[in-house]
Amino acid sequence: MSDMTAITTILKQILNGLQSGSIYALIALGYSMVYGIIMLLNFAHGDIIMVGAYLAWLCMVRFALNPALAVAAAVAGCTALGMLIEKAAYTPLRSSPRLSLLITAIGVSYLLENTFQLIFGAGAKTVPPFFNAKNLSFGGVVLSSNAIVTIIAAAVCMALLTLLVQKTKMGKAMRAVSEDMGAAQLMGISINRTISFTFAVGSALAGIGSVLYCTAYPQADPMMGSMLGLKAFVAAVLGGIGSIPGAMIGGLAIGLAEALVSAAGLSTWKDGVVFAILIIVLVVKPTGILGRSLNEKV
Amino acid sequence: MTLLKVENINVYYGNIHAIHDVSFEVAEGEIVSLIGANGAGKSTILKTISGLLRTKTGAITFKGENISAAAPHLIVNKGIAHVPEGRRIFLKLTVEENLEMGAYTRRGAEVPEAVEAVFSRFPRLKERRRQVAGTLSGGEQQMLAIGRALMSKPPLMMLDEPSMGLAPLLVEQVFEIIKELNGSGTTILLVEQNASMALSIANRGYVLETGRIALSAPAKELLENDAVRRAYLGS
Ligand SMILES: Nc1ncnc2c1ncn2[C@@H]1O[C@H](COP(=O)(O)OP(=O)(O)OP(=O)(O)O)[C@@H](O)[C@H]1O
Ligand SMILES: [Mg+2]
Repeated sequence: MSDMTAITTILKQILNGLQSGSIYALIALGYSMVYGIIMLLNFAHGDIIMVGAYLAWLCMVRFALNPALAVAAAVAGCTALGMLIEKAAYTPLRSSPRLSLLITAIGVSYLLENTFQLIFGAGAKTVPPFFNAKNLSFGGVVLSSNAIVTIIAAAVCMALLTLLVQKTKMGKAMRAVSEDMGAAQLMGISINRTISFTFAVGSALAGIGSVLYCTAYPQADPMMGSMLGLKAFVAAVLGGIGSIPGAMIGGLAIGLAEALVSAAGLSTWKDGVVFAILIIVLVVKPTGILGRSLNEKV
Repeated sequence: MTLLKVENINVYYGNIHAIHDVSFEVAEGEIVSLIGANGAGKSTILKTISGLLRTKTGAITFKGENISAAAPHLIVNKGIAHVPEGRRIFLKLTVEENLEMGAYTRRGAEVPEAVEAVFSRFPRLKERRRQVAGTLSGGEQQMLAIGRALMSKPPLMMLDEPSMGLAPLLVEQVFEIIKELNGSGTTILLVEQNASMALSIANRGYVLETGRIALSAPAKELLENDAVRRAYLGS
């Protein structure tokens, strides 16, 4: 029977890996899309997830609203916040050096973390479950329903995003702007609207990621976004920053890598392995798995 | 009737004063050519008209409306298409997607109709419609750049060195296309290194020297002007 247990453990870890990987992928998409369009590493992106978790908590605990409304509020709130940050903090710096933008992003991140700490305190708030589903069991193998819901929801989001980017007029405009902003303007594309839309989509995905994250780790705390954001950032770099399929692959790869490390009984090394991956990617192939080559832009 | 009027514009790159008090006009139905040496400021003028750069003083009027402060995407909407220097097609988008971007300001059934119209003018592009534009040859890329600009059905089309980097046969083809476009009602503002070709199809020309208009005359006269011949026509 020990073979059976080993297989069960491995299956469970793979499922765990896909679960956290799906969440990393959703968040990594926001990093990658924003980088693709304005060459900004938006370090405030992780904190949007934290805000989403607090919104869910507020809705369900403070205002006793139903979970569906809490999900809607978290996603809508994250979307609006992402657009607001872009308009207030990044638009005025559109023609400034990249470094000013990067420093501003870090500033926005600290601002969000400290504002939420001020309002809600440093302690964690418990986010109640959004749904009550029984875990599935197949011949003695129990699969977490949270994991399955997360993986399916993320897959649906990524499929919709791919359709949006490949097939819609706005999606094509996003790709055009990310390739050549000047030429895109000459086509009649509004740069401001396209960038704003990109932030909206990236932040909405972060909102969904935030809700899914809370199904696994039901807590909101002011600093939760920084580690989560950092790992998603590593996922985006691994996949090739700026690449949408890259962010998806990178996210899943990071989730699976963490799970495998845990399965090997080294779960204290989980975070270390993620950053080791970052260093290896930066040394061996800085453009990531699917990244554009650095000399492509002439 | 005057379609485009540029009056005393001054354009700067930071502290560099690139365009000095330049004025010229383009009448409806004309081909007007802007010639000048490298760095004279030809591209700068086109970018200023399309709103990518701003003039510090002076005015640009299109169809009687001052457009010198309008955003580039709105200027396209008003009817000016700009085929930029170096083509600047979207290399990662397909041929068809590039054309759709050219029609960004238009909606509905007009777009597929305009795509078909471009394909019938450039059958080569039709064969390659699903191909990523980066895989096209230089000549095909230039066709795509012109086709893309046609998608907005512009009353005025500005072309910045459309013959650059093309083999002689293709250069002739490009100039044929420009003449045809003009014949079907598009007004053309043409910037060219290939001054003799440009002047041979143009109605009028302006000679630009270090950011200033040095000469303006009917194209035929410029072709026969000794100073122009020595400086720009290599004879
Ligand atoms: N982004 C820029 N920053 C600073 N100076 C610039 C910039 N772009 C152009 N210039 C300068 O402005 C002047 C005019 O340049 P412009 O590109 O308009 O010339 P051009 O006539 O189009 O030349 P070419 O035939 O080589 O294309 C040049 O002296 C050029 O160095
Ligand atoms: Mg030029």
